[in-house]
Amino acid sequence: MKTFALTRASDSAQAIASAAKASTAQQGAEIRFIGGGTTLIDLMKLNVEQPQRLVDINRLPLDKIEALPDGGLTIGAVVRNSDLAYHPLVCKNYAVLSEAILSGASAQLRNMATTAGNLLQRTRCMYFRATDMPCNKREPGTGCAAIGGANRSLAILGTSEHCIATNPSDMNVAMAALEATIHVRGTKGERSIPIADFHVLPGNTPQRETVLEPGDLITHVTLPPPAPGSRSLYLKLRDRASYEFALASAAVVVTVANGKVTRARIALGGVGTKPWRSTEAEGELTGQSATEVVFRKAAEAALRGAKPQSENGFKVELAKRCLVHALKLATQTA
Amino acid sequence: MDNESDLEPVVSAAEPATAPTTVGNDSVHVKLKINGKDYALDIDPRVTLLDALRERLQLTGSKKGCDHGQCGACTVHINGRRVNSCLCFAAMHEGDEITTLEGIGQPENLHPVQSAFVACDAYQCGYCTPGQIMSAVALLKEPCGPEDADVKEFMSGNICRCGAYPNIVAAIQSVRQNAKPQRTG
Repeated sequence: MKTFALTRASDSAQAIASAAKASTAQQGAEIRFIGGGTTLIDLMKLNVEQPQRLVDINRLPLDKIEALPDGGLTIGAVVRNSDLAYHPLVCKNYAVLSEAILSGASAQLRNMATTAGNLLQRTRCMYFRATDMPCNKREPGTGCAAIGGANRSLAILGTSEHCIATNPSDMNVAMAALEATIHVRGTKGERSIPIADFHVLPGNTPQRETVLEPGDLITHVTLPPPAPGSRSLYLKLRDRASYEFALASAAVVVTVANGKVTRARIALGGVGTKPWRSTEAEGELTGQSATEVVFRKAAEAALRGAKPQSENGFKVELAKRCLVHALKLATQTA
Repeated sequence: MDNESDLEPVVSAAEPATAPTTVGNDSVHVKLKINGKDYALDIDPRVTLLDALRERLQLTGSKKGCDHGQCGACTVHINGRRVNSCLCFAAMHEGDEITTLEGIGQPENLHPVQSAFVACDAYQCGYCTPGQIMSAVALLKEPCGPEDADVKEFMSGNICRCGAYPNIVAAIQSVRQNAKPQRTG
């Protein structure tokens, strides 16, 4: 690990001013905010991240979960994953979020990991994590060793010829289906970013993963009120029953009335370079009968643009079945 | 504009361009509260809580397995919650209540979880055992369901390469059910 200076921000403005001196908020940033550290310290030990300065934001007053007047929820940036997953309002109104978080990592890591940190969780692509291998995300222009390499766990949606790394977060997939908004404070003031616009596709610049600029501090995330009569669910498929990243996962929020789907929000995990909202699947579901035939059509639509790699062709069918099963579970009558 | 002076310095506030590249020059004074006792240390900011415990404070109960938050051998409690101490920088934990295996029980006064591990033979080589016990003690206060499968899920962050899992689950269940520990297998 490279040496660094450690400072503790006593308020958000100081944290922002300090981080604004970095040349980027993306891969290779010289200055990083540190929350739970579960991704960052891991990557610093691997020399994948080499910040010269860490700004500890754990003691900023961004640790609250509160109901909003409109029936929604606000979640502070440093709220721990375990506190979010077990919060009574999350369990009651946003089951998909609780289930997604509890399906990821371990109890220890969930006690450490923060909401904002999870939004910024880095890929588990082994080539990104190994500094002796080519990787366009870690070191732009060196190539992508995963294309044609060990890519069984990597993405089939949203890839480019430069990067096929999967976004590893479960929480992000639920946040995408719940249409969360990410609230950021930066050098130019405050702004709100829909989660669909927060993560960017790798394209020609896989080192850029989000729209964040130097100094930008995620302060909180808001969730809209739960859709009346909706049911939500997260289904995660993986090689082990616990403590493993998704090969494919589905977050669904559906409302069924008189046997017909009146509203659907669908996001997939484990298969996309970003948390993969599928408005195509939602379009196939809305107004149609809540039947397996329709669910399968939605799944076909969601995976229509899939580009399998040499070792992960199985993910196309796996993701479809994952979505169909999630929809069956979420719409079955008790 | 130099806002660095507004920040509470944990370490010397040298600008990145002049940050020392040699080990140890940039040390930080840290006060840690571990098992109810106060410790003062001068450490490099890179020192993890795990390394501070083991290498500086001779609290060697916490073990280093993977050093990447994957195996759970380093599990300690911070403010009553279990965490991987290998993924904590020690300098970030001033003011926190840190509890290690040494603070859970002693040979002459074992914690019920420790007694249950002995009674159930819940280990082979023993290397993962401190982390297993720290996780198990924390689990007792977590919203874990009653079944063995629930315990397995809650303990999945602690790897045992000897494969003592059945007896680890039995030990934990015996404490939760407040029953006489029963050995399985």
